[in-house]
Amino acid sequence: MTALLYVDDLKVHFHIPGEGLFRPRHKMLRAVDGISFKLEAGETLGIVGESGCGKSTLARGILGLIPVTSGSIWLAGEELAHLSTEELRKRRQHMQIVFQDPLASLDPRMTVSEIIAEPLQVFEPHLSKEERKHKVQGIMERVGLLPNQINRYPHEFSGGQCQRIGIARALVLKPKLLICDEPVSALDVSIQAQIINLLMDIQEEMRLSMLFIAHDLSVVKQISHRVMVMYLGKVVEATTRDELYHNPRHPYTRALIDAIPIPDPAIERNKSFKPLQGDLPSPLDPPSGCSFRTRCPMATELCATEAPEQQEISEDHWVSCHFA
Amino acid sequence: MLRYSLKRLLGAIPTLLILMTLAFFMMRMAPGGPFDTEKSLPPEIQANLDKKYHLDEPLIQQYGRYLLDVVRGDFGPSFQYKDYSVNELIATGFPVSLRLGLSAIAIALVVGVGLGTIAALRQNSSADYTVMTLAMTGISIPNFVLAPILILVFAVYLGWLPAGGWNDGAFKNTILPIIGLALPQIAYISRLMRGSMIEVLRSNPIRTARAKGLPERVVILRHALKPALLPVVSFLGPATAAVITGSVVIEQIFGIPGLGRYFVQGALNRDYTLVMGVVVFYGILIILFNFIVDLVYAMLDPKVRYS
Repeated sequence: MTALLYVDDLKVHFHIPGEGLFRPRHKMLRAVDGISFKLEAGETLGIVGESGCGKSTLARGILGLIPVTSGSIWLAGEELAHLSTEELRKRRQHMQIVFQDPLASLDPRMTVSEIIAEPLQVFEPHLSKEERKHKVQGIMERVGLLPNQINRYPHEFSGGQCQRIGIARALVLKPKLLICDEPVSALDVSIQAQIINLLMDIQEEMRLSMLFIAHDLSVVKQISHRVMVMYLGKVVEATTRDELYHNPRHPYTRALIDAIPIPDPAIERNKSFKPLQGDLPSPLDPPSGCSFRTRCPMATELCATEAPEQQEISEDHWVSCHFA
Repeated sequence: MLRYSLKRLLGAIPTLLILMTLAFFMMRMAPGGPFDTEKSLPPEIQANLDKKYHLDEPLIQQYGRYLLDVVRGDFGPSFQYKDYSVNELIATGFPVSLRLGLSAIAIALVVGVGLGTIAALRQNSSADYTVMTLAMTGISIPNFVLAPILILVFAVYLGWLPAGGWNDGAFKNTILPIIGLALPQIAYISRLMRGSMIEVLRSNPIRTARAKGLPERVVILRHALKPALLPVVSFLGPATAAVITGSVVIEQIFGIPGLGRYFVQGALNRDYTLVMGVVVFYGILIILFNFIVDLVYAMLDPKVRYS
């Protein structure tokens, strides 16, 4: 089986203008710094990491919503980086995204039906008004919106409902790839579960490939087949879900998994939990060698001088650490 | 919506009342009177005139009389243009100002929004800098400088257009005054439009529209234009009122018999009723246009609902 999405050594760097008025020293922010992965058809890849580690930048880079510095992105065997803007635009019917902020990402001046129908008007203009309405109603029903809500505006909905609209909008063209950029982090826990279940059901039905970005490991555990852990624009560990949660090898992954709260006060209280020390280093000025060494309990001299290579320690289990 | 409109229109009455009161007493406080000339009039004639126009009554009685007349829709006779009532003068002057003003604001809207959008789409390019430099120049040059330059270039040197006069509203005579009225507004609108368009283009719904795969034209026209227009719309209310009530300066320079010209002449001649009439009429127009702006807002933004 060939991969639906193949990302090779993707880099997204931003120029940050220097502060001095007369000595503008440009700095380089390496938001995404050499990331490679494969995503099979019908598979969900979870991407986790702290705020600011480049998850959203990675998602937007893949979709071409922000310019990519280098690397290649293959969607269904086709290189996206060399396509013209217009050609890339046409590929968008196959790759869609659900954004983090459900309300802000919807045009407040359009009704729900207009929002959902708009991609159809662009990519399937031959549809009659009736057919389009039928499709919109179908997808609304599928994501759990009521038919009588069709003419309402986004601000008249709750956050969870807005996210359902966002999902309907993304799915109405039946894309092959769906990128979910923290789709539930703005929602209540009970609503999170509903949205996650909805996404899982739909994925099964439509055989979607999903990139699911989150900072919440328990959410990612629910939905993913494979998981990739990011730190400062790099992949530190990538493997199947069960392997990652049962046999985490990178110290950062272990710290993240330890930090998941256990919904049982007795166990949670007695947990020997050592939270990570310190803050995320500035991505403008990353540490030498291994970027995690400043917060790593296992760091040695070696980590400061030499960046660890990504190595496959067992089948399909990749880790970037000298001591894995 | 209807309830809201009624409430807004009723709420305008106290505003107008205050405006009339202030204008009435300020006008009377100014030195001189409508019939002062270089030679002093014989006292008998002065007394006769004062009696005819009720100027011999106590001020507060004149004020009361004036208010009652206005409520009946009568602005009284003009002191200077003896054969005309103020109503008649407004009726002849306003259509002229209205035509010039509406044409100018329509041109300013189309050109300003267009230029501002182009500048925003090509932010920090040479096109952007050109538009913004021109706009800054347009804002800085006062119209009493701009209008003579237009006359010099197009009437005197090139001889394409008449230098002034109304000529019963011939198209040729309206071109220069309309340009003179429109240019500063174009400058303001394009700057406003550029700023709001840049902000809108960075907003989340626009990112969603791009992610949907919409062509750039659709992204701009359907998603970005409406929200970016909001600041322009609120600017348009007072701007339209100001422009269609006639730019005093432009009408004076081009010798156009519009409302603005009557206003200046009336004030210089202490033509009490004419000045009062024009002030009240201006007031009504400004209130009306701000009201229209609020209604347009509701059309552009479904979150604004008046109840």
